[in-house]
Amino acid sequence: MKLRWDTAVGVLLVAVFLTGLGTTDGFASRDNLAFAFNDIAEVALMALPMTLLVVAGQVDLSVASMLGLGSALTGQLWDAGWAFETIVPIVLLVGVVGGLINGWLVTRVGLPSLAVTIGTLALYRGLASVVLGTGAITDFPETYAKWAVDTTTVPGTFLTYPVVLFIVLAAIAAVVLHATGLGRSLFAIGAQEDAAYFAGLRVKRVKLLLFVVSGLISAFAGVVFTLRYGSARADNGQGFEMLVIASVLLGGVDFDGGKGTLFGAVAGVLLIGVLKNLLTLNDVANEVQVIVTGLLLVASVLTPRLITTVSAWRHRRAAASTS
Amino acid sequence: MSVTVEKPGKPAAAPETARSARSLVDAVFRAREISIAGALLLLVLFTWIAEPRFLGDQGIKDVLLNAAILVLLAVGQSVVVITRNIDLSVGSVVGLSAFACGKFVSGTDHGVLTVLALGLLVGAGCGIVSGALVSFGRVPALVVTLGMLYIIQGVDYWWAQGEQINAADVPQPVLDLGSGSALGIPYLPLIAFAVLAGTAYVLRTYRAGRELYAIGSSPEAARLAGVPIRRRVLGAYLFSGAVSGFAGALWLARFGTVVADNAHGWELTVVSAVVVGGVAIVGGTGTVWGAALGALLLTTIGSALAVLKVDSFWQDAIAGALLLAAISVDRIVRVRMTRALRKRSAR
Repeated sequence: MKLRWDTAVGVLLVAVFLTGLGTTDGFASRDNLAFAFNDIAEVALMALPMTLLVVAGQVDLSVASMLGLGSALTGQLWDAGWAFETIVPIVLLVGVVGGLINGWLVTRVGLPSLAVTIGTLALYRGLASVVLGTGAITDFPETYAKWAVDTTTVPGTFLTYPVVLFIVLAAIAAVVLHATGLGRSLFAIGAQEDAAYFAGLRVKRVKLLLFVVSGLISAFAGVVFTLRYGSARADNGQGFEMLVIASVLLGGVDFDGGKGTLFGAVAGVLLIGVLKNLLTLNDVANEVQVIVTGLLLVASVLTPRLITTVSAWRHRRAAASTS
Repeated sequence: MSVTVEKPGKPAAAPETARSARSLVDAVFRAREISIAGALLLLVLFTWIAEPRFLGDQGIKDVLLNAAILVLLAVGQSVVVITRNIDLSVGSVVGLSAFACGKFVSGTDHGVLTVLALGLLVGAGCGIVSGALVSFGRVPALVVTLGMLYIIQGVDYWWAQGEQINAADVPQPVLDLGSGSALGIPYLPLIAFAVLAGTAYVLRTYRAGRELYAIGSSPEAARLAGVPIRRRVLGAYLFSGAVSGFAGALWLARFGTVVADNAHGWELTVVSAVVVGGVAIVGGTGTVWGAALGALLLTTIGSALAVLKVDSFWQDAIAGALLLAAISVDRIVRVRMTRALRKRSAR
């Protein structure tokens, strides 16, 4: 039997979770688990569209900058006296426009997404600092801030609002990726773009759509981040793009496109979150946590490769001994 | 596998058309470097008219000093990108190497050469790990070097524990390397230029250099042609790592003060420089001269915006917009050119 990588990450996640239960006091408490998830809520949200993008052979490095722009706008508009109900649609609209710019440059001009989104990474972060400068806006009222913090739960459940939001979006993403024609076309585009095009798939439109969704969710993640910390800053979430990509790749989504599951990506995100929480609870230094993330990432691409090599070798040996 | 057989009845293409087509292609590729140089010149001219002090002795010196380290990193990165790979760990290698060198020399009287050699070694060590993982593990370069970025950065932070190396502890000869000059040109740009010219020569002239291009444009074809792909890719990473480590030692010489998160986040700036410089991210094309010009252009944009007293908040946004404009224009020109060539050869 061949163990699939995303299943392995799922098993690893359960193992780490059980280890936490057995070794660390307070790990399994509702408060801690709610905190552990909320701590990575934005990364988790942005990982969903990123999974679809990577499956289609694309990447969006601008997500964390869009988060910063969303946060800066939220803060500045709030400070200018706008109603929160007006601010959120505006921020979402900006996310859509940002995604359109990425998608347009990739599909119409025909540039590689890595190069485009390195450019918009700088551009959107720059616009965020133009909007808000180096200051911070912090006077968000309790009525709004409570939606994103880990002490408020959805009535009747023990889940926080970011968790519920993530579950809903993850379910949608899973259905889209694994149970619709659009999802199948993503795999086809990622595996062999020219073939997908000649098979009649609307490659450009699909890619454009993916970038727009990515921009939209990243901008919304900016609102969540702002409320969660009660602080709007232009440099919010700086460097998160690496963490988002790391989570997705850790979940076995192939960076070359065409392979991966949403289950794997979610398991990858949660694994990074649970490990981070567990290491923090055990007073492991932040630097070591960074190293662990890196080692996991390297192991995640190297292990399947090693397994294949070893099994091929054993196969050869078995064949040699029978002949 | 398909083999193309030339049809015997078909007359050979007129040599004249073939030659002019080739020279046109050459011109397009060369135009890439010329257009970056042109953009650079325009930028300098415009800034100079607005603020004459920009071309003062100190102004030029500052730009050259600021560009030197980025140019070095861009040269190393291009060699990797030409093979259709990427090295995201360069920023953290510079950080680790600068701190290692600082730790090693602080309070001692070690010479300049020892420091540079140490930086080179630290970088080469990091490069060989990334390279071995990419070439022998045959795993995606982006994932591996992203992982290496975290690992090296974590090791660096862990080691430094918030400690800082101060210029007062660094031996004077090392600091002199960072601030001194020969014939009015600071050492750092001279060193960067020497590395640049050497690399360009090897890439252009030696078999190993040409093979890097072959790997980047078509790994399968290169393999069939007997290019030792793994060894070459490993070599490219070793080079990129060594150059980054070397740049870390120069960083110490330049700034004297070193903390753990030096050059944090530089990997994306370096990749930007390389891309602006016309090294295609999909491998196989580009020159280190272009990449160095790209690095110089990015640095000059930064300096020009500062000199023109553009609000520093705008700098990132403008740099990003310019990067997008540069790669878009290049792409559009290329597409038009290919179309023109096809039309011509169809005639």
